[in-house]
Amino acid sequence: MKKGQFILGVIVTNHFGVLTRVSGLFSRRGYNIDSLNVGETEDPTLSRMTIIVTGDDYIESQIVKQLSKLQDVKKVELLPADEAVIREHLLIKVRVTNETRTQITEAVNIFRAKVIDFTAEAMTVEVTGETTKLDAFIEYVKNFGIIEMCRAGALAVYRGTKSL
Amino acid sequence: MILTGAEIIVETLIEQGCKTVFGYPGGFVLNIYDELYKRSDRIRHVITAHEQGAAHAADGYARVSGDVGVVIATSGPGVTNLITGIATAHLDSVPLVAITGNVPLSMLGRDSFQEVDTTGITMPITKHNYIVKSAKDLAKTIREAIRIAKSGRPGPVLIDVPKDVQLQTCEYLPSEKEQPDAYPRADAAVIEDIVQLIRESKRPYIYSGGGVIMADAAAEVMRLAEMIDAPIGFSMMGLSAVPGDFRYNLGMTGMHGRYASTKANAEADLVLAVGVRFSDRATGKKSKYSQHAKIVHIDIDPAEINKNINAYLGVSADIKSTLSAVIEKLTPERRPEWMAEVEKYRKEEASCAPRDDSLNPKVLISHVQKYTDVNTIIATDVGQHQMWTAQNYCHKRPRRFLTSGGLGTMGYGMGAAIGGSVAAGGERTVLFTGDGSFGMNLTELATAVSNQLPIVVIVMNNGVLGMVRQWQTLFYDKRYSQTTLGRKTDFVKLAEAFGAHGFRISELSHLDEVLEKAFSLNSPVVIDCLIDQDEFVFPMIPPGGSIDDIIVKQG
Repeated sequence: MKKGQFILGVIVTNHFGVLTRVSGLFSRRGYNIDSLNVGETEDPTLSRMTIIVTGDDYIESQIVKQLSKLQDVKKVELLPADEAVIREHLLIKVRVTNETRTQITEAVNIFRAKVIDFTAEAMTVEVTGETTKLDAFIEYVKNFGIIEMCRAGALAVYRGTKSL
Repeated sequence: MILTGAEIIVETLIEQGCKTVFGYPGGFVLNIYDELYKRSDRIRHVITAHEQGAAHAADGYARVSGDVGVVIATSGPGVTNLITGIATAHLDSVPLVAITGNVPLSMLGRDSFQEVDTTGITMPITKHNYIVKSAKDLAKTIREAIRIAKSGRPGPVLIDVPKDVQLQTCEYLPSEKEQPDAYPRADAAVIEDIVQLIRESKRPYIYSGGGVIMADAAAEVMRLAEMIDAPIGFSMMGLSAVPGDFRYNLGMTGMHGRYASTKANAEADLVLAVGVRFSDRATGKKSKYSQHAKIVHIDIDPAEINKNINAYLGVSADIKSTLSAVIEKLTPERRPEWMAEVEKYRKEEASCAPRDDSLNPKVLISHVQKYTDVNTIIATDVGQHQMWTAQNYCHKRPRRFLTSGGLGTMGYGMGAAIGGSVAAGGERTVLFTGDGSFGMNLTELATAVSNQLPIVVIVMNNGVLGMVRQWQTLFYDKRYSQTTLGRKTDFVKLAEAFGAHGFRISELSHLDEVLEKAFSLNSPVVIDCLIDQDEFVFPMIPPGGSIDDIIVKQG
């Protein structure tokens, strides 16, 4: 987590339009979303959002209270970074040549990433981990030439048995 | 029983105790109107001249009755015309339910005739909204909408119903009237903290807002003031909670607040803020707001605590039960020094009062006051006349003052006056307006005439957009850009053209004679009152200022 960032775990009803309600609230109150991830939960009537936001203490407390006022929001919690497991997901397509192939493969192994597509000119790698790990991998392969990349918002759950 | 969607809509409204709805028919609500027609003995529909007027009327109805106001409009322009009314209700926390028609489900998203994304447009200005895609969800949705509109901090809820959903049939089972959710109560420890802060305070001040009226807690606020010798100041939304002549009532505080009220607010060492949201119009510069005071903020909406002003103690709970619990723990405390200080502020205020020998707004309002009683509804539009009314009208009971506080909607008054009067069974209503504001929605005179409502419209006519002109005078070096209207509108003839009565007053000596006549009529009256274009609203704390910057009189 970067400085000033905080993680929100939000349980919402699994309706159309809920994402708009949540993102609309952020934009009209002037809060920035760094990343937002949404997906169904074990209960198909509910979805869970993980939202990473940068802001001060004022924004942090206002966001929780304002989100709680939305009818479709069933639960909002701030997940302290040291009590949560956080994972991001990256798909990155890197240019390869005969000279660079080994170097990239080595990096894939060291980062415990996975090659998921491979041609003579390109390699698509899947990396999972914390933000800093993904950043480091991107930084390393930059010099070989990134053809395209796609990064999903962070997911976070509490450590241990605690849940939202 | 098996009913169509349109039947279910009207039956559910009746089931929920809704006696009057406001609205305007159109292509995609024809079926709802057909069912209203068939049930006109059980539910009344008031058609306005414009959907905006209908939304304001439903808002006025809700403010006066304390129940949900309902407005119906067709898709597209019907919806967009409601927007200002919904936003007005949203900022003033008024329980409103808007029911709109839309194009059939299969036509949605195809830019069909009179289609707009109703839920998308209204999302930021409603407490919640729905698009109902099956008739079997209709009754449940309407009940839920009514409950949401009334619960906690009230607000508007919109239900969009595509035309084919109005035609679908399904089983309808009547249900009980929805009750608002239970109100959270403050912990005993918090009550103890408030009591302790009051005991320690030498200069307590109660800052009372619209939430007090909604929570029906006016009696508790008055009791508290008497128990602890605390003067009460009001946000504009809270004004009518306490009678104007109650000895602790200092009137409105803030940008155009009364001097004594704003001064006491600034000098207090404890501000008991109840049902307020610390609007910028009330606080002025936040860093200087009540800087000597500990602020106890009690409000039903947790998000209001520490939103605009940091509270020493924030209490998110029902005002009525919290205050009565506090009162129970208190023994009467006298604060003669503080009372003497407050008395001094009142005297300073009185010395700044304007002359009363001309047809000025203050004199006008005090004369009108003689013709009103405890049940009279007072409505305003927005601008100078609104501030003069807020400062000078002596309110007699809650839920009789209709004004657009948060959104500041010019054109609010005519619709609100209609809705308010209807809610109180055709009660006498006075609308204080300006020539600018009145011009925005004066077509609603037609509605007032059709319904023979005893609404007296007092147009404070200065030929200019007075409030903007005042700012231009004070802050824009008298560059009167687009505020000198120079219109030739004859409000007397205009009133007559609408089928109302019209009078004109240009001199103080005619005032009583005209008011006598106007208030003896039991139908709409417009009184064109010619006032000076350079009458200003004072006191005034310039935007972003504090009590140190207060301007108390002209020149």
